[in-house]
Order: sequence, then structure tokens, then C-alpha cells
Amino acid sequence: MNILEVKHLKKYFATQKAVDDISFTLAEGSIFGMLGPNGAGKTTLIRMLTGITFPDEGEIIFNGRPLDPVKDIGLIGYMPEEKGLYKKMKIGEQALYLARLKGLGKLEAMERVREWFTRFEMQSWWNKKVEDLSKGMQQKLQFVTTVLHQPKLIILDEPLSGLDPVNADLIKREIFRLAKEGASVIFSTHRMKEVEEICDHIILVNKGHKVLDGTVKEIKQLYKQNLFSISVDNIPATINTSAFKVVKQEADQLLVKVQEGHIPNEVLQYFLAAGVNIHSFQEQLPSLHDIFIRVVEDTPTARQFEKITA
Amino acid sequence: MNKTWIVAQREFNSRVKKKTFLLSTILFPLLIFGFYALMIYFSVKGNDDLRIAIADRANVFNGKLESDKEVKFEFVNDTSRASLDQKVAKKEFSGYIFIPANYNPLSSDTMNVFYNKTIGMISQERIERRVNKLLEQKRLLALNITQTQLDSARRSSEVEFKPISGEKDKNKAGLSYAVGFISGFLIYIILFIYGTMVMRGVAEEKVTRIAEVIVSSVKPFQLMMGKIIGIGAVGLLQFIIWILLGTVTMAVIPLLTGGDASAAQNIPGGAGAMATAAQSGAGSAFMAVMDQINFALLLPCFLFYFLGGYLLYSSLFAAVGSAVNEDPQDAQSLILPITLPIIFGIVIMTKAVNDPTSNLAIFGSLFPLTSPVVMMARIAHGVPDGVSALELVLSMVFLVAGFLFTTWMAGKIYRTGILMYGKKPTWKEMWKWAFRNH
Repeated sequence: MNILEVKHLKKYFATQKAVDDISFTLAEGSIFGMLGPNGAGKTTLIRMLTGITFPDEGEIIFNGRPLDPVKDIGLIGYMPEEKGLYKKMKIGEQALYLARLKGLGKLEAMERVREWFTRFEMQSWWNKKVEDLSKGMQQKLQFVTTVLHQPKLIILDEPLSGLDPVNADLIKREIFRLAKEGASVIFSTHRMKEVEEICDHIILVNKGHKVLDGTVKEIKQLYKQNLFSISVDNIPATINTSAFKVVKQEADQLLVKVQEGHIPNEVLQYFLAAGVNIHSFQEQLPSLHDIFIRVVEDTPTARQFEKITA
Repeated sequence: MNKTWIVAQREFNSRVKKKTFLLSTILFPLLIFGFYALMIYFSVKGNDDLRIAIADRANVFNGKLESDKEVKFEFVNDTSRASLDQKVAKKEFSGYIFIPANYNPLSSDTMNVFYNKTIGMISQERIERRVNKLLEQKRLLALNITQTQLDSARRSSEVEFKPISGEKDKNKAGLSYAVGFISGFLIYIILFIYGTMVMRGVAEEKVTRIAEVIVSSVKPFQLMMGKIIGIGAVGLLQFIIWILLGTVTMAVIPLLTGGDASAAQNIPGGAGAMATAAQSGAGSAFMAVMDQINFALLLPCFLFYFLGGYLLYSSLFAAVGSAVNEDPQDAQSLILPITLPIIFGIVIMTKAVNDPTSNLAIFGSLFPLTSPVVMMARIAHGVPDGVSALELVLSMVFLVAGFLFTTWMAGKIYRTGILMYGKKPTWKEMWKWAFRNH
């Protein structure tokens, strides 16, 4: 079942089409990556998903019904990119307050806060103020307050930025655990490495449009350039074949591009026929990083302001 | 509604639980009163120890110029100004008056007071009055008019003000004036203090970016109303504390003076009895006047206009706070259109305490942006006298309609402003936020 179905969502501002006809679906229990350069319209899209703003056009189906911000707000957890907490408020009270705003009762909120504080080893922070915490600690607290109320949909905007590897791993583990327990996660970031590690499914947004949609594997297949690396003990002096072309040559390794109409096996056959020992043979898929840059570079990175008549 | 309540609780608790709350609640009125007391003290108290030498060669004063605590006149026999100049230079005197032998009190010759160190305005006036009074007597004598003749000619016939119906209420006008002025002024201060408190709170939430987290849990309107209600409750609590403190002091002061009175009775002879009589007389007169002010009407009205005015203005302040960005100076220019009507209110109020039924006062007390401040000045004069019952009801209805409108409008500005970062919005943009349909 899909927890979220977004259909032809549009949001126009006075000078920009911030979100222009975006549709996607999010399966229950999956981790969904939302990528895009700065100003692509991700925040606007997320704000509509969380019920903070309303779409000009289009539909958001949440949990099988059209999104009703007042009722569904308790089932959604949102951690914005710009992290914000009350600086002068005690940490325990702050977590309780945010949990109660999500609709938890006093006792239940207290129980959950204690549970999460124990899990993240934050019990000693209870009476500290936010201004006493380091940036990474604040981020941990923010993550806790986002997931306290056991939301079905968790939206995380850059949740790992500014965290050291230990804490980043802690949060990552929690994200996996929450997804395993049935929560769906929308993960928005610029860091492609995190996406490859975490996300099942991604979309790439640029200039208000969705430009890519699929699993990480699918997208890599889509953008693969038939590159293979082969390492042999003795590279033949001249390579003459129509099956592939050498792109790069190092001491004992070759990067080859299999030509249109040929298959990778022909590379191996060629080297076997040449009588050299093959140590390894591997397909070189493009990284998401490269795909991201390739897709985005086709269009100017900075969005231009335009006059919208809608 | 439930979430509004949770937000209001936080706003209330975070302010009241602070250590500074009780301190500032008690210190603030003390500071204000202390400030006024100091001001009054310094304005009443003139320059101490002014010693003025008088060289009366014409013998105009006959050595009869009376000294008092602040100005001392001393008659000297110096014959020239030069020797007096020296004495002033040596600081024996602060200044001197030299009256030449040929001085004629009937002429309009100027009498000069020479001084070294500047003499304050109040002291100057004192000297002038003293000298003039004596000179006047001299002139009258010269014209053969006795002081008693003059007094009987000058005797002022008393003019008494009596309303056509009902009995005379002396002293009431003065007290109504004071009560009206004080309550109007209090509301004015309250609007400012708590209004800006709301504004700063909203701006803080926006700048620290917590607003986005919160509005993903509650509707922006709930957040705004929660803040307004919470801070309003802080104001109310502060007020109750002040009223309690006031009543306690009021109750304690008669006890103290009563103790004094009984002490006075122990003094043998008539002096003690007289003192007691005078005191109890003054006390009962004060109580009688207090009775004439209708507190049963005044207090509920004060609460109503305090709450109404607060709700009306705090939502506007919240709207301004939501438009502010990192730069706190943004608030300065945006806040002006809101503070102007409050200031107008206080200007109209000072007129209205004098003349509660003038057209300006009627307008000011009906117009919801000024009515919280102005109406109190009129109510202090009593319902049929200062303001008709119809006007009072109309003003209250307008005020309720006014704050419903401003909270509705501010809510729309707030909803957009709280999530808008970057440049400061113009008034035109905020107008658009308020009145577009979504």
C-alpha cells in the first residue's frame, strides 16, 4: 500500500513556479530520497506535504484519503532544514511540549520522551537549556522531537548535516529501524553518498519539475555508459577491436566502453584470445553524484525570476 | 482549541517561572513611583541657601524683607556696588540687590539682582514675588491706601458649581480626573509593554526557525492566539499582583496613621486632641470622595478595555513580528503605524479627562483603536455624567468587532510572514497577504 500519493501538485508564487506539476508515490515502509539543487522547490513541496501550505492545484492522498492537515498532522513528523528550538527552554520540557503539540497526552508524552532520551543517551540533558548544547547535540534532539509521536510519515530535510560520523550512524540506524517498523521516510539532501546508502527510491527535482524517478538501481542503469574496468597482468600493446574502446589506461587496468550493439562478454573474449591473465572484470556504474550533476548541469543552476500569470 | 491552550500554557509558564518575573513585577512599579517621586522632589526643591545681600540706600524696605528656608535676605550697609561685587566673588553672598538712594518706588525703575552663580528659575521667581509684594505695600502707602482697604476690595466672591439635579459633589471632578487619567495611562502602558512582548516573541520564533517546526504541528492561527493568550495571562497576573499590593498598602497606611493618632492623644493638652481631630477629619473626607467614584463600574470596565485593547493591538504586533527578519531594525519602521493610534489615544485621553463629552472625546472613545485608552477617562466621570450608557455599549461592541477584525487580518499576515525569509516585506505585500483568498 502507498502511504502517500502526490498527483500533479502545483504551487506558484508571484515570481516563480516553485512546484510545477509534480507527481510521485511513496510505498509504506520505504525510504524515499528527494534530491535537487538549491531552490529546486523541495522545501515548498515538503511544506505542502506537511500541511503547512496548501497547493494551488493537485492532490495529496495520505494514508488512502486526501490529506487533512488538522487530522493527519499527528501522523507526520517533519524536521526542517533550518533546525529550530527554543534556546532558553529546558530540553526535557521542550521535547514534552513538542510531543504534546502533536497530540500526545501528558503521561504518554513523558513516557516517549524518556524512552527516546534513554535510547540516545540524553537523560542527563533534561534540565539543560538548548543554548548549552552543541550543534550536533541540538540536531539529535531535533530528530528525537520529530519522531517522538511515532509518525507514519517522517520527513527529514538534511538530517545528517553537521553530525560527526558516530552520531550520523546513530541517526541512520534509527531511520532504518523506523522504516522497518513501518514508518515511511522522505529524506531530502544534497549528499549523494547518504542517498545511495539509505534510500530505496529517489526522485530528482529541478526547477519545480520532477526530472528523475526510480530506485537507485534503475536510475543507475538508465544513466550507465557501458563502462567496464578490467585488470590484466599484461596489457597488449595494441588493441584493435570494434567491440569496445579504451577510455582510460593505467599500469595494469583498463577502462573500456562497450560499443553499441556489442555485449560485455566480447571484452573478456578479446582478452582471453590475446592470452593475458585476467584479474578482475567489473561494470562501472555512474555514481548518483555524477548523474545529479549531469542532469542538473543541462539547466542553469540558479533559477531565474520570471513573471507568472496564473 | 486544545493546542492553542498548550501553546498558551508554555508562553505563560516560560515567562512566569523565570526568576526575574517576581522581581520585575515588584520592582517595576517601585521604579516608576520612585522616578516620579524623585522628579517631584527635585522640581519642588529649589536651590538651597541662596543668600541675597540688600544694600537699601533709599530705605525702601525698612529692613523688613523676610527670609525663608531657601532664600535668605540680609541687609548690608555697603555704599557702593564695588564692595558688594567683592563679597559675592568671595562667596559670602549668592547675589545682591543694590537700591540707590534716589530710588522711587512709584516709578517703574528696574530693580536689579546681581549674581555670580546662576540662580534657578524657581528661586528667581521667589525673590521677585517677595520683593514685589513689599514694593506694592510701599506704593499703596505712598498713595494713602491701607492694606485693609485693599483687602476688602480684593476679596474674591466664591463661585460654586452645582449641578441642576442632585446634590453637590465637591472634589469629585478632581478625583475623577486623576482616576481617569491614571487608568487611561495604565492601559496605554499595558498595550505597549505586552504588545511589544508579543511582537518580540513572534520574531524570536521566526528567527530561530522554530516556527516551521511548530506550524507543522499546529495551525499558525492557533500558535498566534496561544502566544497572545499566554502573554495576556501574564499581564493579568501581574496586574492582580499590583492590585493586591495596592490594597495591602492602602489597608496598612490607615493602621499606621491610626497608631500615630493614638500616640498623639497621649500628648498632654489640647495640641494632641487637635492633631487627632484634624487627621480623622482628613481621613473621612478622603474616604467620602473615594466613595463617589463608582469602583463597581470602573474595575470591570478597566478589565474589559484592558483585554479588548490588548487583543486588538497584540494581534497587530504579532503580525509585525512575523514580518521581521534577522534585522531587528525591520521592526522599527513596521511598528510605527501601530504605535501612532495608541499615541493619538493618549493625546485624546488628556483632553477627554477635562471634557468627557466633547466631540473629540466621543469619537476617541468609540473608535476601537483609541477607545481602550480614551474611554477610561470618560468612565471615571460616571455613567450618565461622563458617558451615556448607549455610548458605552456601542464602544464595547465596536471594540469587540475591532479585535475580531484585527485578529482575523493579523492571522493571515502572520501565516505567510512566519515562513517567509529574505527581504523585509513592504506594507503593500502584507496587505496582499491579509486580503487574498486562500
